[in-house]
Amino acid sequence: MTAKATAATGSLRRIATFSYSRPGFVLLLLLLPPMLWLGVIYLGSLFALFAQSFFHIDEFSGVIVREVGLSTYEELFTPANMDILLRSMTMAAFVTVAAAFVSVPLALYIALYAGPRLKAVLYAAVLLPLWSSYLVRVYAWKLILAKEGIVSWAAGSVGAQGAIDWALNLPVVGGPSLSTSYIGTFVVFLYIWLPYAILPVHAALERVPRTLLDAAADLGARPGAAFRHVIVPLIVPGIAAGSIFTFSLTLGDYIIPGIIGPPPLFIGQAVLAHQGAAGNLPLAAAFSVAPLAILAVYLFVARRLGAFDAL
Amino acid sequence: MTGEGAVPAVELRSVTRRFGAVIALDGISFAVGGGEFFGMLGPSGSGKTTCLRMIAGFDVPSTGEVLIAGRSVGDLPPYERDAHTVFQDYALFPHMSVADNVAFPLMIAKVPQAQRHARAEETLERVKLAGFGKRKPSELSGGQRQRVALARALIDQPSVLLLDEPLGALDLKLREDMQRELKELQRSLGITFIFVTHDQGEALGMSDRVAVFNQGRIEQLGTPDDIYDRPASEFVATFVGSANVIDGALIGAAPQRFALRPERVRLVAPGVAQLVPGIKLSGMLRDAQHLGADTRFSLALDGGQAFHATLRHGDEEEIAARGRLGQAIVAVFDRGDLKPLAS
Amino acid sequence: MRSNRSRHWLVTACAWTALAFLHVPLMLIVLYAFTTEDRSYVFPPPGFTLHWFDVAVNERPDIWVAMGLSLRVAAVATVLALMLGTLSALALQRAKFFGRDTLSLFFILPIALPGIITGIALRSGLDLLGFDFTFWTIVIGHATFCIVVVHNNALARLRRLSPSLIEAAMDLGADSFQAFRYVTLPNIATALVAGGLLAFALSFDEVVVTTFTAGQQTTLPIWMFSELVRPRQRPVTNVVAVIVMTMTLLPILLAYWTTRETGGIAGSGK
Repeated sequence: MTAKATAATGSLRRIATFSYSRPGFVLLLLLLPPMLWLGVIYLGSLFALFAQSFFHIDEFSGVIVREVGLSTYEELFTPANMDILLRSMTMAAFVTVAAAFVSVPLALYIALYAGPRLKAVLYAAVLLPLWSSYLVRVYAWKLILAKEGIVSWAAGSVGAQGAIDWALNLPVVGGPSLSTSYIGTFVVFLYIWLPYAILPVHAALERVPRTLLDAAADLGARPGAAFRHVIVPLIVPGIAAGSIFTFSLTLGDYIIPGIIGPPPLFIGQAVLAHQGAAGNLPLAAAFSVAPLAILAVYLFVARRLGAFDAL
Repeated sequence: MTGEGAVPAVELRSVTRRFGAVIALDGISFAVGGGEFFGMLGPSGSGKTTCLRMIAGFDVPSTGEVLIAGRSVGDLPPYERDAHTVFQDYALFPHMSVADNVAFPLMIAKVPQAQRHARAEETLERVKLAGFGKRKPSELSGGQRQRVALARALIDQPSVLLLDEPLGALDLKLREDMQRELKELQRSLGITFIFVTHDQGEALGMSDRVAVFNQGRIEQLGTPDDIYDRPASEFVATFVGSANVIDGALIGAAPQRFALRPERVRLVAPGVAQLVPGIKLSGMLRDAQHLGADTRFSLALDGGQAFHATLRHGDEEEIAARGRLGQAIVAVFDRGDLKPLAS
Repeated sequence: MRSNRSRHWLVTACAWTALAFLHVPLMLIVLYAFTTEDRSYVFPPPGFTLHWFDVAVNERPDIWVAMGLSLRVAAVATVLALMLGTLSALALQRAKFFGRDTLSLFFILPIALPGIITGIALRSGLDLLGFDFTFWTIVIGHATFCIVVVHNNALARLRRLSPSLIEAAMDLGADSFQAFRYVTLPNIATALVAGGLLAFALSFDEVVVTTFTAGQQTTLPIWMFSELVRPRQRPVTNVVAVIVMTMTLLPILLAYWTTRETGGIAGSGK
């Protein structure tokens, strides 16, 4: 008992003992600083943003009028602005679908075909691009898609120059060059977000018990049937989860369309344009709320497909 | 042990613990004397572990008092109580060496390093782990980890040591050895040991006294002999050792229930039964289970009730009984072996 | 078991193509940093030189000013994130309390929402409060998602710590502060290191939120972005790209390596 008699009874210990029987108090103390940050600054700002979208800008003076009204939203629904919304949603949809298709074979390979060591290496290989700088990766494509870049060279050396020209002459998606066409934008979006599509599918596949597939084979299912009836239902949630990322990230991005693609704006660029020199913060805010609303609907659908369990 | 008027090492007075609508402990009262090896026995959910945690300080009674060395501990945190715990999973700090683990209480009490390491080494010797100081917990076997946990809890000489299912994770052979060692250790140290177990063999083998818990209440508190030979209730009779529960009407006695230990039952062939003295119940021999030194026979009595008899393996009677599997048999026992049950 | 299952050649082909798709662009960037041609996207490169590295180091001070700012912001944001993220992880791991799941959701928002939303939200928030855009507004923006990264890593590790360890420490005489210092902290140290490294890398690379909260200042990603839109010396940009790639890759690899035996990193997202 001598140990106890000489134990520290300093103020720190008194605080500790005081809080021991008051776990709620401690909780508050622990949470207060980060909550102050996230709650006040982050959420507060989000709320301020939402509030801004109900204000409007006075056309003559350029000053933000802080009165609640829907005039800014009316402006959002003009044809020109609706174009922007539709353009972004369409691109997001295409990228999402393409990503789903491209991601599944690789995810399948890593989860089911590769041995343990190869699996770890390939998993790291999928993560590696994610960890490299985003801008650098976009920049790489600017170089690749340039007129004298590697794509032209590759096409030229196999005589497929005509294919590129044909692609560039397509309506809507074509353009003067790959790097100023929607095709280019699409490819870059796909490239950048691909790992986000692969990881949830891979995770979902990893969770499939090996015994399930063996049982299917045991009971007479041919590989194609096993895939259709066993694997596909199990990876739909993974695909849905991955699609949340690809869709939402494409919807809000302003950098890629600004560097690769034709002049017309995407949502992100519109937000940037309006909050910048134009000073029309309310419209910028409205343009931000739009993708949030679209996302909410998307999340609702994705949840039905089980995406939340696969996150 | 403690004489009359001595202050109990640990005492619970009318302790109740409620978790919402669930009553984990219902008005528990008992006292443990200084230097006693006290066992709390019961099935899972009976409240014994809750009791232990209350003494340690990890839980607080909803009503009632917990006293250590005569002083009410109220909501004193564990680090202010003079009781240390050996946890079920040993809870050794994985990032520290064995010596640092054992010396931890001294480090917190700001004992200088040279001194703490010397005492750690001493304590390790006491638990027969001399020289293990530099190893890491992950390098030790289950039995060794338990000794480290013991050493760690004993190094600063607490007045009470609490053990939560101390032998549960060990293999059978190790368990029997550890039982002996714990008993020796406790005797040489003279510290009060209070342990929790669901294994009645452990409880009977190590304790000076046992409290049998069931659904938040203590059904019986007494020495191992008391518990085994004079069970107070049907629960105690069937939980501690096994028992046949017989209604008095079956044997023409008072309409009361009796417990009968299977090892007090003999099995004879129907033809020979009248030659053997005692109460007889006839039935059919269903099954024989080889338990090593004993064989456990399962019978179905004529009225349909299940019945058990345990005979020593190799005895004439046991061999004969094994030959009569599936046939009629008669169970014979003395009236004196019937233990009346209160409930 | 694996060999019993048949492998379709198409799956293998598509898988490796996808992998090449992911990695070839990165390899090209490194290649182009050494090209002699000064518009630097001609393929194949006409020659190889270290000339542009020299230019980048000696003739472009704007790069190094931007890099300095990025490093300072990342350092401060990481320190803040480590402190606040650990606190919040401790809180969330302790008890089940009312609203805990909602709170967990809050900790996903900064990385789940598009960066532009976070950016403009912070900008309008700061604008409403009347703040000027300084070093600290950039830090605030970065710290917001850095906290989340540290929090996720710390929480994941805390959840794997046996709760009886803390109880044992307290049983043996340690109060909650001492238990944290001697038992919890050493066991989550590598997770905190990993979270911190990850936060540093994410902060260093961040461009979207920074654009909104930086005012007139230029971090390295912002520098890079303006070079992308209005290029001055393409090859120099390539060199910087290689430098940036290495500087964001190294901390993350380090973080991965630190936690390889203890469960890996949580939340290595954007």
